[in-house]
Amino acid sequence: MTKTSSTSTTTPPPVANGRVRFYQVGSFAVGNRLLPEVHSIQSSRERHNALTSGHRACQGCGEALGARYVLDAAQSAAEDAGERVVTVNATGCLEVFSSPYPESAWRLPWLHSLFGNAPAVATGVAAGLKAKGRDDIRVVAQGGDGGTVDIGFGCLSGMFERGDDVLYVCYDNEAYMNTGVQRSGATPPAARTATTQAVGDSPGNVFGQGKDVPRIAMAHEIPYVATATVADLHDLERKVTYAMSLHGPRYIHVFVPCPLGWGSQSSHTVRIARLAVESGLFPVFEAEYGEVTGASPIRRQVPVEDYLVLQRRYAHLFRPTRDEETIGRIQAIADRNIRRYGLVGRPDAPPVLNDAATGAASTLGARADLNNAPKED
Amino acid sequence: MLREIEGSKAVAATVAACRPDVICAYPISPQTHIVEELSRLVKAGQLRSEYVNVESEFAAQSVAIGASAAGARAYTATASQGLLFMVEAVYNASGLGLPIVMTVANRAIGAPINIWNDQSDTMSQRDCGWLQLFAADNQEAADLHVQAFRIAEELSLPVMVCMDGFVLTHAVERVDVPEQEQVDAFLPPFQPVQTLDPEDPVTIGAMVGPEAFTEVRHLAHRKQQAAVAVVERVGRDFAEAFGRDSGGLLHTYRTQDAETVVVALGSVTGTLKDVIDVLRDDGVAVGLVSLTSFRPFPDAAMARALAGAKRVVSLERAFSLGRGGIVEEDLRRVLWGRGSELVLTTVAAGLGGRDITADSLAEVLRRAHRGELAPLEFLDLDENAIAAHLAALGPRTEGAAS
Ligand SMILES: Cc1ncc(C[n+]2csc(CCOP(=O)(O)OP(=O)(O)O)c2C)c(N)n1
Ligand code: SF4
Repeated sequence: MTKTSSTSTTTPPPVANGRVRFYQVGSFAVGNRLLPEVHSIQSSRERHNALTSGHRACQGCGEALGARYVLDAAQSAAEDAGERVVTVNATGCLEVFSSPYPESAWRLPWLHSLFGNAPAVATGVAAGLKAKGRDDIRVVAQGGDGGTVDIGFGCLSGMFERGDDVLYVCYDNEAYMNTGVQRSGATPPAARTATTQAVGDSPGNVFGQGKDVPRIAMAHEIPYVATATVADLHDLERKVTYAMSLHGPRYIHVFVPCPLGWGSQSSHTVRIARLAVESGLFPVFEAEYGEVTGASPIRRQVPVEDYLVLQRRYAHLFRPTRDEETIGRIQAIADRNIRRYGLVGRPDAPPVLNDAATGAASTLGARADLNNAPKED
Repeated sequence: MLREIEGSKAVAATVAACRPDVICAYPISPQTHIVEELSRLVKAGQLRSEYVNVESEFAAQSVAIGASAAGARAYTATASQGLLFMVEAVYNASGLGLPIVMTVANRAIGAPINIWNDQSDTMSQRDCGWLQLFAADNQEAADLHVQAFRIAEELSLPVMVCMDGFVLTHAVERVDVPEQEQVDAFLPPFQPVQTLDPEDPVTIGAMVGPEAFTEVRHLAHRKQQAAVAVVERVGRDFAEAFGRDSGGLLHTYRTQDAETVVVALGSVTGTLKDVIDVLRDDGVAVGLVSLTSFRPFPDAAMARALAGAKRVVSLERAFSLGRGGIVEEDLRRVLWGRGSELVLTTVAAGLGGRDITADSLAEVLRRAHRGELAPLEFLDLDENAIAAHLAALGPRTEGAAS
């Protein structure tokens, strides 16, 4: 982080540059402010507060959390380079909860056009700015998984292929939440949604694999593709900051639990995101020009069950009887991710299998092919 | 400069003279020559503009939306299926009040697929909130673009310039292509009403609920109504600046003492003038209203133009299935209260590129003048083919014959 200048001052006014609305007083330790360097953009008094409080997201909304970090980081990175940011937003929860006329929760220029065209609108904004000679304004586009992997996918691929100078961020809550939790192309197998209900012989979503847009993005060989979650916000900030240092099409896919749609506790959003990573279900990695350049190792591997049991959308896997087969198949997906990105067993991150969180029996049987995973604690 | 030039190239040269900052389009006949020529001009360095090749018309209109919101002058072009493919964004552009200019090279919509000219594509967008200006010939097609940018930017509303596909786009004729200096003098640089400016960060495209949506719509309606005067004024200004009367709301031809007046849009008006001259020589009192501004519809000007008419024929190159004429609906409103002796009929003509010959037109206007037309007729309809089809299909089309 480069925003160190402000941290040495003792008591700046509560509203620094009109940006920060609230910060805790009385404890100098808040946000690492005693440290010589600001470790996170959010902990800085200079943060942009792009998405202000007062919006109408549900409690514990992963998307709201993600978007705030993304845009503050993007603005900070831009500002460090003497640039500014404009945003394009697809239709979806983020748009609806943040822009109910006459209020707006956005403190940067923000444009919403449609559900399926955010990447193309962003292309247009970038082209317009270029034509006007505004090379100091950067474009960040954002949408949910539905807007990104389904209806807007043609526009997204076109934007990648043309090499447009846009950072596109997808907030993946694995369904169409804004319209009431229907299945999207990113809904994982076996998950219950309003259109893949928990009834019948094989309840929940059909057992496919979901559309893996980060890898499809990589196939376009664009400058930067990354995945991230709201469980590791430093990592998210770092990736946005890095993406902003590059030009051309960049894609960040952020895993954002949705308490309403997933049937999880509002207080479990970050925990669930962490379990998605630690189980291997959501691999966190980066790629440049189509090659993986880094992956976040799993330090404490957990069985997928730990992740599944916290969400009512998977309740049918455990009640009335335990669906060993489906849980095993989900575990196999996690195992495949672990192998593909080498997430476990790396010398820098000795894997530790830890089922203590639930005390449940390990599902190792379903992971016989996981060659790197140790069999015991 | 007066040039022997293809319609598409005349339009491309004129659009280039309007200095669009961003051009974005997806190919579809018969619009292609326009955007091909623009891409060449950009590549050759003769036009400084961002030319964006996209993967669909939906993206083309979306790019125009983004560019316009960023404060750039944006242009696109399409036709037929392409226009329908971008419809969601078409409505969005007008809702957001973005002054995009789009050429539509009018073409039939399928199925059955048909690449030739009629006007059912833009007519399907009657209520999309864009202004729609129809060109009668290639001189107007070129000139209307200069006016379109000025009207669009004055009103902060998007404008479609509709020109008949192939009939105009691919016809080579003499066109006085507007010169750069003339256009520069007529069309000031784009000053956006609202723009994505980090210095003044506005939220564009917010969600509006029931408590304000009606007011938003009402204001949009008022703006459309106000557009009538703007289209008229810009048309007058253009005539003064360029020395030719192309554009404005409508043109009349020999309507002074006409008992039968035909109302038409687009290139068929040229043939109609010839036909009217012949009929007049035969003592048949016929006149023409060539409608340029379909949206906004010029109620008052139309009422004046039709003031003396006893019979009005709406000659339309599109119609509403199961109902009849589309322009006819607007005329009916204008003529409302004129008494039962006034006869209003619709003739659907030239669908899917069917030739509209002078002979057929003369015949139908003679019949109209004699009061012999049914409320809706199809010009040159092959009744035998219809009868044969109905007979072959049997009971499934029962009732269609009546
Ligand atoms: C063309 C079109 N189809 C459908 C909709 C209805 N719609 C609005 S938002 C949405 C789902 C959004 O899902 P996602 O992109 O995953 O974002 P989320 O709400 O989950 O954040 C849908 C289906 C629409 N606005 N436009
Ligand atoms: S439904 Fe989900 S994504 Fe939408 S606001 Fe609520 S928690 Fe956030």
